[in-house]
Amino acid sequence: MKRLASVDDLPASCDLAIIGAGPAGLAAAAAAAECGLHVLVLDENPEPGGQIYRGLGAAPASRRQILGRDYERGDSLLSGMLGSTASYLSGATVWMASRDLEIGVSKDGMSRIIGARRILLATGALERPFPILGWTLPGVLTAGAAQGLLKSSGMVPQGPFVLAGTGPLLWLLASQLIAAEAPPLAILDTTLLATRSSVVGALPAFLASPYLLKGLRLMRSVRRKVRVIGGVTELRALGEGHLRSVAYRVGRGKTETINVEGLFLHQGIAPNVNMASAAGCDLAWDRVQLCWKPVTDSWGRSSVPGISIAGDGAGISGAEAAAGFGRLCGLDAAARLGRISEAERDERALPARRELSRYARGRRLLDLMFQPPDTFRRASPDAIVCRCEEITGRQVTEIVADFGEVGPNQLKSYLRCGMGPCQGRLCGLTVTEMIAAERNVSPSEVGYYRLRFPIKPVTLAEIATLPHDDDDVRAVVRG
Amino acid sequence: MFRRLPETYQGWVSLTIDGGVCVGREGDSVAALLLEAGYAACRNSAVSGEPRGPYCMMGVCFECLVEIDGIANRQACLVPIAEGMKVETGAGRRKVTP
Amino acid sequence: MADVIVIGGGIHGCSAAFHLARRGVSVQLIEKDTIGRHASGVNAGGVRQIFRALPEIPLSIAAMRLWERIEDLLDDDCGFVAQGHLFVAENDAELEQLKARRDTIVAAGFDHEELIGASELRGLVPALAGHCVGALISRRDGAALPFHTVQAFRRQMRRLGVGVAEETRVTALRRTSSVWAVETAQGDRFEAPVVVNTAGAWGAAVAAQVGERVEMQAVAPMLMISERVAPFLSQVISAAVAPLSFKQFANGTVLIGGGYEGRAHPDVNRTDLDFRKLSRNAKTVYDLFPVMRGARIIRAWAGIEGRMSDGIPVIGPSQAETGLFHAFGFSAHGFQLGPIVGSIVADLIIDGTTELPIDAFSIRRFNASEAGSRPGYSAGI
Repeated sequence: MKRLASVDDLPASCDLAIIGAGPAGLAAAAAAAECGLHVLVLDENPEPGGQIYRGLGAAPASRRQILGRDYERGDSLLSGMLGSTASYLSGATVWMASRDLEIGVSKDGMSRIIGARRILLATGALERPFPILGWTLPGVLTAGAAQGLLKSSGMVPQGPFVLAGTGPLLWLLASQLIAAEAPPLAILDTTLLATRSSVVGALPAFLASPYLLKGLRLMRSVRRKVRVIGGVTELRALGEGHLRSVAYRVGRGKTETINVEGLFLHQGIAPNVNMASAAGCDLAWDRVQLCWKPVTDSWGRSSVPGISIAGDGAGISGAEAAAGFGRLCGLDAAARLGRISEAERDERALPARRELSRYARGRRLLDLMFQPPDTFRRASPDAIVCRCEEITGRQVTEIVADFGEVGPNQLKSYLRCGMGPCQGRLCGLTVTEMIAAERNVSPSEVGYYRLRFPIKPVTLAEIATLPHDDDDVRAVVRG
Repeated sequence: MFRRLPETYQGWVSLTIDGGVCVGREGDSVAALLLEAGYAACRNSAVSGEPRGPYCMMGVCFECLVEIDGIANRQACLVPIAEGMKVETGAGRRKVTP
Repeated sequence: MADVIVIGGGIHGCSAAFHLARRGVSVQLIEKDTIGRHASGVNAGGVRQIFRALPEIPLSIAAMRLWERIEDLLDDDCGFVAQGHLFVAENDAELEQLKARRDTIVAAGFDHEELIGASELRGLVPALAGHCVGALISRRDGAALPFHTVQAFRRQMRRLGVGVAEETRVTALRRTSSVWAVETAQGDRFEAPVVVNTAGAWGAAVAAQVGERVEMQAVAPMLMISERVAPFLSQVISAAVAPLSFKQFANGTVLIGGGYEGRAHPDVNRTDLDFRKLSRNAKTVYDLFPVMRGARIIRAWAGIEGRMSDGIPVIGPSQAETGLFHAFGFSAHGFQLGPIVGSIVADLIIDGTTELPIDAFSIRRFNASEAGSRPGYSAGI
């Protein structure tokens, strides 16, 4: 692997530009480079691994022990890329990947635009918003944040803290913190028992899947060590300027309060679609995972020619599936660029396809079991929906009442909801679902924010100093 | 808000936060060090002035904005600490220096 | 059956519907997407009289009188702030150009554009780079919030009983003996004795339905908006030569535009941005406002606008059929004219005439028998 130092080292063009060095990006890079492609990997973090394998390269043995065997699976992916001919630039924020296959990259205050013959978006997922009252208080973080701190810095929460929400990550984090001798005071579990028929329908596949035994063992061991309060229907974070306590209700019971210094929220993850959307890739609403996913074919190709999407950014499927799909995309890129034949691609893809179907089995039950309850997917009137602009649930519902058949983009133009630097990453899903609920239509019909480049802020100076040639400015309209 | 696990020794890095010396480990992000040093809040919201601090630790929430080496509004969770770095918290609206 | 059908729900269509309904006319507005979805909802919000082509100036002055009481008119202040609009000169040659413009305006009988020197300029705009030598200023000009403005018109339309059909795309416009028949992709059929074409970048297609030719292109003027910055500017700033439109809103965000174009795909409601051109735009700001250098750009975008080959809109009755009135092709400077254009359309329909001079905007100029007999109306000439 060739490690680049700055944007000046970037090639003007490459065969395959991979955005994201998580499992999908790592696997794709190795597979494509093996086929002889000139591969460039761009990632925002200082080291490869994405979220799931964050800090793996430098993690001491004691930390690996705490994090568990799944974490260590990332070793072979890391060494796969390290041993490949791919070029890699870390600390690089990609703010544009256009349908013209041009990529805008920023590092250390400098930006460049480069080209690629194909682009693979492997930007992964982000935590679903969890817009409870008080979620903006200092001291409230995501479960993923706590896990990331454990992985990259060997840190654990200090002082009394609780985990709240639903989803496998919550249980995994709990077990890791228990192993690190820093258990939470309690887990406030919001998991709903999914409707009988949908669970029963998905059961056979789940029973045959790799998730079952692992998951059950995990949950059982956590329950033995930590107080789990199930059936939580209300949650509030309280404090002045800082988190002091968490208030909760079980069912229609009375409100209880726990004094805490930390609250770690999680109710699943969703694809980070900002880049795909701004590039013009079609998105579709997934009614089980309750999120937007880019529309892709069996090789990860999106609706924009030349742009493919792999990993959790294409749909939540887990790290192993992400690596498998990354490999498929790497092989497909090689075939599209004529380095290998389609027959050879299909042949080399067989093991990955087998793995993928193994991991797909049982996914549906997991998704159904851990669907976040709709009360927690929407914000109450006083809770903040848009953290950047501090727009409340009440403001959102009032606008829907005023406009009638409104969508997220009118809301954005009118309230500034979604206009902050996070560009809707922390409010988009909430807004789509709240509008859908108020209008009594499906989220699919409501749609999502219209996203544009730059998908992360870039300084004026960087844009002003982009290198360019002279035959630029043609028709200028004096407006 | 966070503490370190007892782990094998790694390179120590010293920097300043709001003028006070702070010591972190190689591999820490600025946000991780802020949390370990007790800064659950690292700025005031540009809209209402209410205190905000790191939330997602992966660069998507834009809450962990601090001034690093004179450059305001940097995402602290994406910046690795470095020897002699100057971190200033509390930048709400981007300050304009004449 | 309504008295008037308005095709296009941007500011000009909504303004026309509003003014007509206020005068007792029943109106049905048809919009192919949603009210204010295109140019009207996403432009720079400039409310200016300065630097307009001469024929536009009387309309602009009349529009300004409406803007100054917009809250009375629409029950909404539309975010209108008037602290002046300046075109700054970076050197003496540019100042000469501004002087020439000022002379042209004065000769035509207008006095809203004044020349100021370096010291008054520095006093008004302290954040401007020190090398600027002077400026042309129109003190009553300013800016408003475009989407809010269109929504204010929409609310009034609703109050006045205007029928609004959104997500409804007109596919055919045909004159029968006494009425217009308007067909849509959604399978509707509307009829009315009068039709107004305020379809913006799609206005040429509507005109083509009756065989009227125009020279118009769908363009995508690009804009950038910054994060919130501590207040440093209260006026709207343009540059004498480099394309620029620059302003800071009350919430601290800074809007940068000027007319650099991306690519417009009007059939699919899509625009593509061109960052090399945005880079030029950013460079102009970099040179003129050093305080902005480290500010972060949060977003860039481009709406879909109709630009006429001669830079001025089409306003007035159709030359091909009776009962059809055009108001489209505002070439990226129509927002400020919105409130008055609707009033002009209402005058034409109800009174058969309007007081403001609109001959220069007639669609007949594109169907003149001698090609090239038409003067160019780029600003400043």
